[in-house]
Amino acid sequence: MRTLSRRDKVVLGVLLGVPLLVDLVFVWFPAFATIALSFTKWSGVNGVNFFKPCKAGGLPGVPHPGCFFGTQNYHQAFNSGITPDFRPAVEHNAIWLLVFILIATPLGMLFAVVIDRGIAGSRIYQSVLFLPVMLSLALIGIIWELIYSQNLGLVNTLIGRNGNGNAIDWLGNPHLNLWSVLVEATWRQAGYVMVLYLAGLKAVDSTLREAAVIDGSNGWQTFWRVIFPVMRPINIVVLVVTVIESLRAFDLVYITSKSNVLPGLELLSISITQNIVGETQRIGFGSALGVVLLVISLVPISIFLYQNFRVEEKR
Amino acid sequence: MTAATPTAPGAFVSRTTGASRRNRPARRPASIAAQVFMITATVLWITPVVFALYVSLRPEKSTNKYGYVSMPHGGFTFSNFSNAWTQSDMLRFFENSVRITVPAVIITLLLASAVAFIVSRVSFKLNIALLIVFTAGNLLPQQVLITPLFRIYLAIHLPHFLSSSGLLYNSYFGLIVINVAFQLGFCVFVLSNYMKTIPGEMYEAAVVDGASLWTRYWRLTLPLCRPALAAMATLLTTWIYNDFFWAITLISTGNKRPITSALANLQGQFVSNQNMIAAAALIAAIPTLVVYVLLQKQFIAGLSLGSSKG
Repeated sequence: MRTLSRRDKVVLGVLLGVPLLVDLVFVWFPAFATIALSFTKWSGVNGVNFFKPCKAGGLPGVPHPGCFFGTQNYHQAFNSGITPDFRPAVEHNAIWLLVFILIATPLGMLFAVVIDRGIAGSRIYQSVLFLPVMLSLALIGIIWELIYSQNLGLVNTLIGRNGNGNAIDWLGNPHLNLWSVLVEATWRQAGYVMVLYLAGLKAVDSTLREAAVIDGSNGWQTFWRVIFPVMRPINIVVLVVTVIESLRAFDLVYITSKSNVLPGLELLSISITQNIVGETQRIGFGSALGVVLLVISLVPISIFLYQNFRVEEKR
Repeated sequence: MTAATPTAPGAFVSRTTGASRRNRPARRPASIAAQVFMITATVLWITPVVFALYVSLRPEKSTNKYGYVSMPHGGFTFSNFSNAWTQSDMLRFFENSVRITVPAVIITLLLASAVAFIVSRVSFKLNIALLIVFTAGNLLPQQVLITPLFRIYLAIHLPHFLSSSGLLYNSYFGLIVINVAFQLGFCVFVLSNYMKTIPGEMYEAAVVDGASLWTRYWRLTLPLCRPALAAMATLLTTWIYNDFFWAITLISTGNKRPITSALANLQGQFVSNQNMIAAAALIAAIPTLVVYVLLQKQFIAGLSLGSSKG
């Protein structure tokens, strides 16, 4: 700092100040505003007053200015009588996460390990498996509709269930559609995880591997006892990406359910969006759902930050 | 310390040589199993894309009669593609995508490299705190921000040369701003890791020569970061182009939406013709497929840069 001239300090202020302002105003302020608004009841008209408690009653249909609602939004969300969507939404987000952790991640890791061993055709395999990562989720949702189409689609034709009487409605049936969409999501996520692990495996010192082989351990042992522990940082990155991606899940379901809420495909992200679009905005309630997402996402975010910046502190 | 060294993008390019060096003769059954597994996976993975292409190249009459899984009775046709193009505002949607993606990528790189330079190259007490603010901001799910953001966008008024709606809401400018703000964190994180690997002697020499802070940023650091900037530009272009959520929630007018989110509208418009929807979706994918073919290494290098710091 002492080597900086006055002009340098102005430059420093601008270089740091502008991006910081953008980040604070458009990311951090909304993040904290979500928390504040979650304690209010507000339809979006006539402003919001955080200190004026909501009065019971009032004429229905007449817009009131926003008022302090205490923890009522949370009570409403957790009360399945009032908000039947909430519980399934949380469950579906949890299932999404589990499928990513138990299926997409191991699959991506396996792809990476096999490709990293440099077997014949690795390059082609990697390119193909990576393709879905480049495509937008909106496009993925659309092209998979052809596969799941009831009378014309690939799956039903192959299993002979494409007649009018016996067709399986993969994307409409509330017991099936979440799993059908999760196949689409896994199709993309596995490639993503693969690329992350390939980066991690490449960073593993090859002498480690050779030493393990000389010591007589087989490929399986080498991986789990030598390579996997060395990849700890990448494991954390993958974990964070996995959790965050499953909380963010939105596009595929939005496309599949044609911007409505389809039974079987309720998600927190969809519920939140439903509360700000359309005729009746429920800003307070939508914010409360946002806080639920925020609290869950703080877990992986903290792990990631701890992992990264703990190392930094030590320098 | 070793784990904290980010991998330079060049390292990805050279990985094949490293792999072949490692490639010892594996036991036969294991390598056959690996091949079978990978071939199966690859076939499964390419199927949806090839299938979509197949359906979009066939007349709707034919697929309605015989199903999508059938020989190409009635031959192949580009009419689904040309109809999707002419019967919708696709050109307009592409234009919107360009108007949003290009400025957003450039501004993100400028702002992120500036912050990265300060936190990695100027000793400053708040460095780590700043990095945490930016990095954590990028990790929040968009839905946590959207409700207040939606209200903020409705509340901020803009002059008409920036927004024809007069508001931040429903304007290209607003969409650029949120994409920049949201992607900043990841870029700051990656670029600051990259900048830390530049030898300190170069900066000491620059200071001795009397280079100002600005010179050290603009003339010394940025040119040295070209590989990382190229990788980030590829990644950001793809991500912002593929963005769906911000455009769906912050743009209300159909013809202002960029192509990715406009697909949702097209889906409604062409609802009776799945072949045409598939064609439209594939047209929308062309820019990302170009990146996939030409810049795949850059894209992967970008992801690797973001993850190899631990």
